[in-house]
Amino acid sequence: MIAELGLAALWLSAALAVLQMVSGALGLKIGDQRLAAFAAYARPAAVVQAFLAVLSFGMLLWAFAITDLSIKLVATNSHSMKPFIYKLTGTWGNHEGSMLLWVAVLALSGGLLAGLERRLKERTMNATLAVQGFVALGFYAFLLLSSNPFERLPVPAFEGSGLNPLLQDIGLAIHPPTLYIGYVGLSVAFSLAMGALITKQVTPDFAKVMRPWVLFAWVFLTLGITAGSYWAYYELGWGGWWFWDPVENASLMPWLAATALLHSVSVLAARDALRTWTIMLGVLAFSMSMLGTFLVRSGVLTSVHAFAVDPERGTFILVLLGLYIGGSLAIFAVRAGSIAEGKRFSATSREGALVFNNVMLSAILAIVLLGTLYPLLTEAFDVRVSVGPPYFNPAGAIFAIPMFIVMAIGPLLRWKSDKPVRIKLELIILALIVVGAIVLIAVLGDYPVLPVLGLALAAALGVAAFLPLRGRKISRTPLATWGMITAHFGVAVSLFGMATESAFTQERLAAVAPGSTEELAGWTVTLDGVDPVAGPNWTAIEARLSASRGGEEATLLNPQARNFWAPSQATSESALITRWDGQLYAVIGDTAGLDADGNQRWQLRIWWKPFVTFIWYGGLLISLGGILAIIGRVRVDLRRRKAVQLGNERRADKALLDQAATPPRAEPEPV
Amino acid sequence: MRWVLAFLLAVLGASAAAQDALPPAPYAYKQLDDPVLEAEATALMETLRCLRCQSQSINDSDAPMAGDMRHQVRSRILAGEEPKEVRAWLIERYGDYVSYQPEVSSTTWPLFAVPIALVLIVLLVLLRRLGLRRKTGDS
Repeated sequence: MIAELGLAALWLSAALAVLQMVSGALGLKIGDQRLAAFAAYARPAAVVQAFLAVLSFGMLLWAFAITDLSIKLVATNSHSMKPFIYKLTGTWGNHEGSMLLWVAVLALSGGLLAGLERRLKERTMNATLAVQGFVALGFYAFLLLSSNPFERLPVPAFEGSGLNPLLQDIGLAIHPPTLYIGYVGLSVAFSLAMGALITKQVTPDFAKVMRPWVLFAWVFLTLGITAGSYWAYYELGWGGWWFWDPVENASLMPWLAATALLHSVSVLAARDALRTWTIMLGVLAFSMSMLGTFLVRSGVLTSVHAFAVDPERGTFILVLLGLYIGGSLAIFAVRAGSIAEGKRFSATSREGALVFNNVMLSAILAIVLLGTLYPLLTEAFDVRVSVGPPYFNPAGAIFAIPMFIVMAIGPLLRWKSDKPVRIKLELIILALIVVGAIVLIAVLGDYPVLPVLGLALAAALGVAAFLPLRGRKISRTPLATWGMITAHFGVAVSLFGMATESAFTQERLAAVAPGSTEELAGWTVTLDGVDPVAGPNWTAIEARLSASRGGEEATLLNPQARNFWAPSQATSESALITRWDGQLYAVIGDTAGLDADGNQRWQLRIWWKPFVTFIWYGGLLISLGGILAIIGRVRVDLRRRKAVQLGNERRADKALLDQAATPPRAEPEPV
Repeated sequence: MRWVLAFLLAVLGASAAAQDALPPAPYAYKQLDDPVLEAEATALMETLRCLRCQSQSINDSDAPMAGDMRHQVRSRILAGEEPKEVRAWLIERYGDYVSYQPEVSSTTWPLFAVPIALVLIVLLVLLRRLGLRRKTGDS
């Protein structure tokens, strides 16, 4: 019954998406009053659809919670012996379930837009809802026609086949939903951009409506990428935090586009400039989201994320991708000419700096896109090429380094037009920091160029982030400005973490027998023993390590080499000691023969990663900055709305009073 | 329940013993004594793909083949070969796919041509959007 209810809700949502699309589109016809009246259905359709799609996802969640083995998806991806929390997270740890989550979030954001947004012109809103319905319809069709999550088995399975052990981790509970909210939040930005383009209403008011959605999606993307990076870091047991893996790139590309869009939409809202640019980035950001979904969901990549190995599905998403991206670009091509470019500005202005960095972000996006898709392209012609860090790092840096420099200076410039001489002092300070840091590191030792530049830029950015506060009253600084400062400082913190990690990481790899000691970066690590242990659905070899530094009390570390039995797979559980200045990272490997005394030896791998945690602290700061900006903007909007309302009421009152006062005055006064 | 555990541990032990039957090559899990050479080897290993794995470098993989390749890299570096030569040797043996650092060739030239084109496009866009504005000034 659960499955049938879920499926029915999904079909109804699809039907409502059709209603939303048609009524929204009819609402665009101004000439025909009878047809335009249909537009009234667009908003309710979106709201009810959101309710039904979320209900449908709730039903699947329920089926996973009780391990209903008569449903094919549950039987192939869950197991009755699994810990409860992973039964729940297993709902989106597979192709169908994660697509249902995708669609539920899409419907929910469409419903929120329809239910809450009242500032936009009604015609633009109708166009927006029509586009949103059109996008949703495609994904409903994808789910219902080629990946039905509620399919029943003819005979219920006796036991489920389990979930990929790598995915049985709390990281999975957070990472995909946050990332999906980010991906899908961009769909609203896309629909709004299309709506504004169709009705030629690309105005600052429209930008103010769009901005919270972009910020919202961007915050979730940032959190999703940060969580994903940390998950890969400690769960895969390789000590790396970014592998330029296609799946990681699939999440980075929408983030880059959304970052550019975020800044562009701010310029449009504040200065009425960069109109077509904002629309273009809106299209690009959601296109990258869909491309990411395609890459991960179609199975073109073989990786832990690619659950679907069915080419039919890949083709389906590819067709959707072509339809949406191609369609939006066609509308853009037709309409872009009719939208004026907006207010002008000089190169040395805040807009100028923002344009520069938007171009840089787009260029980095192009590099990542090329490096991700090129190997897939050549593989189609049976030529296998690998593109990895040695390519992405320098090619990305060509554009990232100028971007960081401009990012430090940009917020100090004035809107419209400014003279660099005005901020001479700040420029000198920043230049001194960069040069000083480079000299200092050069004295310390011989390190690769990119990490050194990264460190120097991080130092300068960290200071520059706070410079916009100069000459401002701290208590009167708007919350949105604090948001920008926090986010920019977060970039500096993250960059610092990345640079120190890649420049100063130390690694020790050794075969050790219980009782022996290894030294690394001031740490003393002793292997006390190795024991077999067992969990609910795995057995493991667990090392007992005691690590200490500078004569302090030893901390215990228990890295494990786990073997899961459903499905059968080995994973490496790292153990970490987190200190303010970095992390000690330990992994236990296989047996490594006997030592001279006949004791069993084990492969032990230890890293000292200075300030590695700053990478994720930075990510959190960036998200926090986004949240502050949302709160600040929404608060100002609400206050303004209230003020306008109050003004209208007063004006109405005054008019009434005047009306009441006028007639007696008109009468001749009795003498 | 306990016998299940005992059984599994026995199976586990047996599989570990089976792996011991063919010990990993000496330098698969052993660092070179010279830290400079080891750093060179690690930097190289991080940019070589483990052919049996899914997007992992040989430095990050526990697969036996990755162990063999690590041994090859370390012993060649120890023998005084340059990292470049080792990479070339591995590419000759396993094809371009083994190296995460694409070299300019008939199959990879777009990877290098596109960024150069991109730099030109970026300059053009910036000149158009910012350069002209300066001349015409604000309207």
